[in-house]
Amino acid sequence: MGLLEAIILSVLAASTPLLIAATGELVTERAGVLNLGVEGMMIVGAACGFGGAWLTGSTVIGALCGVVAGTLLSLIFATMTLGLAVNQVATGLALTILGIGLSGLIGAGFVGEKITPAPHLYVPGLTDIPLAGRILFGEDAFIYFSLALVIGIWLFLYRTRTGLVLRAIGDNHVSAHALGYPVLRIRMFAVMFGGACAGLAGAYLPLAYTPFFIPGMTAGRGWIALALVVFSSWRPARLVAGAYLFGAVTILQLHAQGAGLGIPSQFMSALPYLATVIVLVLISRARTGGSTAPAALGAVFVPDR
Amino acid sequence: MRKILIAATVVMLTAGASVFGASAADKLKVGFIYLGPIGDLGWTYQHDLARQAVVKEFGDKIETTFLENVSEGPDSERSIEQLARAGNKLIFTTSFGYMEPTLKVAKKYPNVHFEHATGYKRDKNMSTYSGRFYEGRYIQGIIAAKMSKAGVLGYIGSFPIPEVISGINATILGAQTINPNIKVKIIWANSWFDPGKEADAAKALLDQGADVIMQHTDSPAAMQIASERGKLAFGQDSEMIKFGPKAQLTSIMDNWAPYYIERVKAELDGKWASEDTWGGLKSKMVVMAPYTNMPDDVKKLAMETEAAIIGGKLFPFKCPVVGQDGKEVECKGGDHLADGQVLGMNFYVKGIDDKIPGGK
Repeated sequence: MGLLEAIILSVLAASTPLLIAATGELVTERAGVLNLGVEGMMIVGAACGFGGAWLTGSTVIGALCGVVAGTLLSLIFATMTLGLAVNQVATGLALTILGIGLSGLIGAGFVGEKITPAPHLYVPGLTDIPLAGRILFGEDAFIYFSLALVIGIWLFLYRTRTGLVLRAIGDNHVSAHALGYPVLRIRMFAVMFGGACAGLAGAYLPLAYTPFFIPGMTAGRGWIALALVVFSSWRPARLVAGAYLFGAVTILQLHAQGAGLGIPSQFMSALPYLATVIVLVLISRARTGGSTAPAALGAVFVPDR
Repeated sequence: MRKILIAATVVMLTAGASVFGASAADKLKVGFIYLGPIGDLGWTYQHDLARQAVVKEFGDKIETTFLENVSEGPDSERSIEQLARAGNKLIFTTSFGYMEPTLKVAKKYPNVHFEHATGYKRDKNMSTYSGRFYEGRYIQGIIAAKMSKAGVLGYIGSFPIPEVISGINATILGAQTINPNIKVKIIWANSWFDPGKEADAAKALLDQGADVIMQHTDSPAAMQIASERGKLAFGQDSEMIKFGPKAQLTSIMDNWAPYYIERVKAELDGKWASEDTWGGLKSKMVVMAPYTNMPDDVKKLAMETEAAIIGGKLFPFKCPVVGQDGKEVECKGGDHLADGQVLGMNFYVKGIDDKIPGGK
């Protein structure tokens, strides 16, 4: 295995949880809801995902447990912010704190246990192609699923009627409501989808990345996913680019350190964030005419009855 | 009427408190402040094992309370004070960053005794304690040099602070006794705990040709990567053999139980006094996990080295210690570096082909 191939494989693994979580949050925010609880939903997804896989020995069941856990947690958020019209920022932050505590409680029983990591695909003939084979056909299924997910979301948002309605609600919920669209119901599904993705992204960590569970193992990845959504200016294609850029800079700085390039490691660790900010500035400079953020993002909507 | 009600409530509350106080007065209350969750499998986990040992030793003569996930810095002051106000007479604050807050609370509560881990500031009611982890690192260096076929070691650091730097130096000094040309590749994670990043760092080191991984970060992620790739690694803080049955060579384990038991006993006997304890292999504050996955001659060498350090015949930082610039480091401790020099170590020894991040 060459160094380049090894680096690409590491980048894919590091970027995947960010991509999955950010895709979910992108849909949520496109519907006009800001859920800052991604980190909390991820860590609960990690605890439940590990628990499921540990009890049953199946990666698929583990992943499903993560999805269900993330969805349930997002339902709490939906009830608060959509049903009771509570402030979204405060509720999202509370959700993160709740999730971190809850995951410790759920995970207490299996800290220190280990599982078999998610199996790598093997397609006879294709996986053995030098260099590209292992990358395109030989990693765990999560990596390929995450890309399919983004493509699916792109098609949904821009090529379906429901996607159009969802975007319309995110831009102007009053008009959408006046036209007779079920604003709160669609927002609830968007929040649930965000929760499911965050749960899956969290589950990826103990199922494939580092096959054990430790409280706090998401280590801030939920916040990076949130930042990536802003970075992508709420567009799926840019999200993929952003997630892989972030992953690539993270891995390359580790390699640069190992090679002894003599650049201070504190600077290197800050590099992924720095790169993200720079690209963000470039994008916003190149853009003409206003922000691309969903216009109703974070605004509370109470339908008049 | 309202006044009477309030008065009655106050009387009841005071009575309740005094009754509660009386029942708890027979017991010595001991408090603990933890940095991480007790299930972190590393630093905090080891501290909590020691707390459990204290409970087992003294049974119902004492009562322990712990607060976990207390972040370092000014915020921790409230948590420490909360324990002091709740009647704890002996309080262990178990991370470097609690130093100033502990000192502040100690001044406020002169009748409460404090024990602060890995710091250097003391008071008449505040002791410090830490482990000489570098002794274990020296042994690991010897084992690593014996086991590495490539002659390249991979080292994952957390933050470039003296404790971590002295660990790297001790490792390389040990390794040089076996292979003078040994190389070490160092990657700083800039975090004590981020399993994903630790795993990525381990992958990067292995991809760059290192074949023995050592870490000064807290999770077993690096061990798992080494195990997956059929390479070797050392554990950290606690036993990690479960995560690398064919990979773990040994692990430096923090063993706080004997010290905690001793200090609680002193408190019970009324003999507690402010002290500075820096325990190593000899006092069993630092313990090596069983030597595994190595040939018998390496195992024997490791055990002999351990015995020599315990017997006071071998010092990892034996003079002359030569810095990266080729100059000898001033020898302040007779035939080895003084404790203060190790505690404040901010240079790499000769043979490390790298620079301390942000250093000279």
